[in-house]
Amino acid sequence: MSVDVARLPEAGRWRSLFDFYVTTMRTAIASQLQYRVTNYFYMLGMIAEPVVYLVVWTTIADQEGGSVNGITSGEFAAYYIVWTLVRNMNIVFGAPFWEYRIREGRLAGDLLKPMYILHYDLAYFAGWKFVVVAMWLPIAFGLSAVFHPTLDPTALEIVVFIFAIWGAYLVRSMFQGTIGMLNFWTTRGAAVFDLYIAVEMLLSGRLVPLQLMPGWVQTLANFLPFKWTFGFPIESLVGNLSTEQLLLGLCAQALWIGIGLVLFKIAWSSAIKRFVSVGN
Amino acid sequence: MNALRVSWLFLKIGVINELQYRVNFFVQLLQSLIQVGTALIMLALVYSHTTELNGWSESELLSLIGVQVLLGGFIHTFIQPNMQRLMEDVQQGTLDYALTKPEDSQLLISVRMVQIWQVVEIASGLILLSVGLSGVQQSIGVVDAIAFGIALLIGGVLVYCFWLVITTGAFWIVRMENVLELFEGIYQTGRWPVTVYPGWLRYSVTFLVPIGFAVTVPAEALTSRLQWPTLVFAFVFGAAVFAFTRWFWHYGLRHYSGASA
Repeated sequence: MSVDVARLPEAGRWRSLFDFYVTTMRTAIASQLQYRVTNYFYMLGMIAEPVVYLVVWTTIADQEGGSVNGITSGEFAAYYIVWTLVRNMNIVFGAPFWEYRIREGRLAGDLLKPMYILHYDLAYFAGWKFVVVAMWLPIAFGLSAVFHPTLDPTALEIVVFIFAIWGAYLVRSMFQGTIGMLNFWTTRGAAVFDLYIAVEMLLSGRLVPLQLMPGWVQTLANFLPFKWTFGFPIESLVGNLSTEQLLLGLCAQALWIGIGLVLFKIAWSSAIKRFVSVGN
Repeated sequence: MNALRVSWLFLKIGVINELQYRVNFFVQLLQSLIQVGTALIMLALVYSHTTELNGWSESELLSLIGVQVLLGGFIHTFIQPNMQRLMEDVQQGTLDYALTKPEDSQLLISVRMVQIWQVVEIASGLILLSVGLSGVQQSIGVVDAIAFGIALLIGGVLVYCFWLVITTGAFWIVRMENVLELFEGIYQTGRWPVTVYPGWLRYSVTFLVPIGFAVTVPAEALTSRLQWPTLVFAFVFGAAVFAFTRWFWHYGLRHYSGASA
């Protein structure tokens, strides 16, 4: 017996999806605003990392006559302060969240939603970003007052940066989500996730600006997704990238979002066949 | 004496429980290798651009990283699992089970859990420390070694106190899970000598969040930088922080009503 499912017209489907995103994002904002202290805990923990890097490289720059590989103390400060925003934008529904979702038996409920699994996660975390950015602003002012960043972006750089941080969010969502599928096969994926993060740290510009890395690392980074989640968004605001480089960077992000989505879909279609829910 | 017996008993139970999950050893080994590898790459990057960092040579800094990894292993083996359990118990109201036992509550909530496979991290720290020290010019005397042991013990106590004070916040703030991220982030400050940091940050990681202090002082002992007054001060400071932590724990307990009470 076949069942006729009434399908909304194409325009109606997009409209519904748009409404879903707006509503979920508003819900995320309202929900996360309730937990300001725990959000600040998370944020302060993350800000410690770039502050440490910043202090170390500033110390070296001061020791070496004012700059390291042409990067001055003020430019290091700009890099790592913008880093803090990019890092916050890069918190996505990644592997540990997938592990939690499966372990706590929440996936069965999520599967009942009449839409692709990625939408809710993308929308909720996107809404959360607005709370995160609002809470980040005073921290950014404080860090700027202490470390005196050299930051003088053009209007184009600011516009590209706004697109680039959302591009980074999507690239990282796709790849972290794909890695998260490993949880359907093993409960001991922590080492693989750590390895992924370690590679990301070295090849993304998260640990140090890629300029400080050996030439072959910089070349390799151009052909992998990591740089487009950290290095490029930061450089788009604090670096001296040409208009062509800025636009090519956004295109590279779009390409990696597409590749990441395809990889996620392949991984998801295999992974979900292994899912067994008991008692739901 | 009874406290030691209870701690030993919990340790034995924890070890027996963890030994059931032997694959965790290999997972932990791989995680430690990744952690150490990343730290070594960062060290190599730094020293490819300079010969010393605020007076610390590459070998001395490797020793410091060894101490940080070693202390991190101790934290992940003994302190963090207990603090996470405490947070969960307060959230779920199951802390009653610990409080109703005829033993000191602070002792019980501090020794209930042990993640024995994390000792791999302690071993990694010791290896890094040994390699680092082999490159240090000065020889290490018995006095240095004793000072190191004392300083490391004080460092462990300081980190425990910091964790417990933060975790006690669960009596007022229910959602505390992000405190783990907070601690892991702040703990990274210990990977570099406190003297690198600007004044306000140096005082913060010495007194407010004593991570830098807990790692740097033992490393200073091994690199012949430690002055005896600093060690005496560390002892007094550690004792004062412990006394404050104990008072704060009992103060926090008064705000716990339990779920079944």
